[in-house]
Amino acid sequence: MSPAMPRVRVVAPGAMPQRPFPDAAREALGDSQLRRNLGHATATIRDKRAKVVGELPDWEQLRDAGAAIKDRALLSLDEQLERLEEAVTAAGGTVHWARDGGEANEIVTALVRGAGADEVVKVKSIATDEIGLNEALEAAGIGAVETDLAELIIQLAGDVQSHILVPAIHLNRAEIRDVFARELGAEDLPDDPPALAEVARRHLRRKFLEARVGVSGANFAVAETGTVCVVESEGNGRMCTTLPEVLISVMGIEKVLASFRDLEVMLALLPRSSTGERMNPYTSLWTGVTEGDGPREFHLVLLDNGRTQALADTTGRQALRCIRCSACLNVCPVYSRTGGHSYGSVYPGPIGAILTPQLVGVENASSLPYASSLCGACYEVCPVKIDIPSVLVDLRRQVVDEQRSRPGVRAKVDPERRAMEGLARAFSSRRGYETLQRAGRLAQRPLARGRDRIGALPGPLAGWTAARDLPLMPDQTFREWWRSRR
Amino acid sequence: MRVALLIACFNDTLFPETGRATVRLLERLGHQVDFPEEQTCCGQMHFNTGYARDAVPLVRRMVAAFEGSDAVVCPSASCTGMVRDHYRGLADLAGDAGLRREVDSLVPRVHELTELLTGPLGLEDVGAYYPHRVTYHPTCHGLRGLGLGDGPVRLLRSVRGIDLVELEQATECCGFGGTFAVKNADTSTAMLSSKVRAVLDTRAEVVTAADNSCLMHIGGALSRQRTGVRAVHMAEILASTEQEQAA
Repeated sequence: MSPAMPRVRVVAPGAMPQRPFPDAAREALGDSQLRRNLGHATATIRDKRAKVVGELPDWEQLRDAGAAIKDRALLSLDEQLERLEEAVTAAGGTVHWARDGGEANEIVTALVRGAGADEVVKVKSIATDEIGLNEALEAAGIGAVETDLAELIIQLAGDVQSHILVPAIHLNRAEIRDVFARELGAEDLPDDPPALAEVARRHLRRKFLEARVGVSGANFAVAETGTVCVVESEGNGRMCTTLPEVLISVMGIEKVLASFRDLEVMLALLPRSSTGERMNPYTSLWTGVTEGDGPREFHLVLLDNGRTQALADTTGRQALRCIRCSACLNVCPVYSRTGGHSYGSVYPGPIGAILTPQLVGVENASSLPYASSLCGACYEVCPVKIDIPSVLVDLRRQVVDEQRSRPGVRAKVDPERRAMEGLARAFSSRRGYETLQRAGRLAQRPLARGRDRIGALPGPLAGWTAARDLPLMPDQTFREWWRSRR
Repeated sequence: MRVALLIACFNDTLFPETGRATVRLLERLGHQVDFPEEQTCCGQMHFNTGYARDAVPLVRRMVAAFEGSDAVVCPSASCTGMVRDHYRGLADLAGDAGLRREVDSLVPRVHELTELLTGPLGLEDVGAYYPHRVTYHPTCHGLRGLGLGDGPVRLLRSVRGIDLVELEQATECCGFGGTFAVKNADTSTAMLSSKVRAVLDTRAEVVTAADNSCLMHIGGALSRQRTGVRAVHMAEILASTEQEQAA
């Protein structure tokens, strides 16, 4: 792919149906630049994380605590959100409730218009990407300027994020240099990172000083005090949350924590899992508005957009514990080869494979629960102990149940379904099982074509033999040997 | 000890030598092996592919087949994990309290082969002889599912004549994942090619594991590429003696 070309725009959740994962992945796997960037970046962050996590003797207890803290808030979510609203309001802020992305976008657009602004500066926020806030603002004639360096690159390139923490992980510095040269009019720009950062810094500094409205997401919000928390590395977020007159924060309702003390655990878990740092450089905490300091107006938009539905799923709800650290992406053997765009969502990787189908409905993202070998590396590193493989398997069950519930012949003659049901029936009796073994031994002969292995299988099984041989069934099964031994 | 063998359907059908080796090994160590012939498939493929409801009758069948067995041994890490980690959930999905009680009774009796050897039997040296250069792939279900730890490696280290060499990036998945290898064949192949490269880098003649499913996957590529490297289940290495060399 030529460096200056924006990559294929992937549909965000809410705008499904998406391209099936296997098709998108096939294309990504053939992109050697992408493979190299991803392999290098994920391995680097993976090693950094392992090092700083290894420093803590009580890491496993911290994970347990993180999971328990999030579960406590999630299982009393209605109560915590009302406490949060009360505390934010008492501190001079205003709370808005949005059922879905459309409502949230309308609320934010109206607030920006009310402030008389035609441009906002933005802190990196996946929740606003999820609902397509930038596009909605643009449609209303309001410019949204991403101020996180990687988000800025993505925005200027007209591209889509491919990693939760490192959105431009799929681009290299030559590609970024070309984007800046084209979009920011930076002539003769070298491709070294300090020079690139300096161009972005000059561009952004002007935007920060001009902006009247800042828009952020939230890493955490504390019901007890009404405090909102954003963690970041670059300091751009601090600019956005302190310089403008009006600050609007859009947060998914699952981000609420019950008490301020909970932050102690979460802020120990997040940076180590995410950037592989003991502590991130900037942690901004604010509570409503403060006279003579920072924004004069603060609005908190509480976004549902499918989260209540996920909360009702007793297995799937643990996905709502996610603190967006992206450790699961970096250890995932699938993600580290296919990249984020294959997942067709702003939430890529293992967490995306369980979050996206729950937010948009399994029928609209039915290939995602299958985009995993269930190796369990994600579960092992998750700071809030989300058992991603178990949720994936349960979502697969929901995909199959949903397909079975569809009327019509097509669902009934689906070859996979027929094979699975047929095998289950045969395996339900010893006789059926042993008959199938004998039948298999006969059926394999033409496939082997006189050789000692099968090199080509027909139909949907051809994917296996594209790269692998299949051994032949020996003349005697184990149980036949066992009987002959008697 | 009297041990009932849960063979795993693909061992029974495709890799009977693994079952024969398991029997030889345990009998050589002085134990008595039973094979309840009513067993069929543990239901792992159905469960992992989303056909959980179709796996329920298979759970019932397996539970009944091993009802009278004190100890159960299975030469497959993933099938052991299926019973241990998912049978309870399937009984609950079926809403069958009686089945749940039977599952609760079965689960603590089931041991993966290397687990049985290093755990209840307290062995490291099983008296095996295997004069080959071997590398060990821990498999995801063995490593992260069952938490086998260094048990399998301790068993292998005690084998006489073996030249055991470490596999780079050993903990990474080989890309099998059951129907994943068919549904996402391209991604699976990309994962497999890294694993094959790591195996070839060891210059081993044999790659081994406690699970024939991963070995069938890795071995399928080793065979396709005519590397000359074989995939051999650990049971076959541990069963091998100076008198009786495994194939």
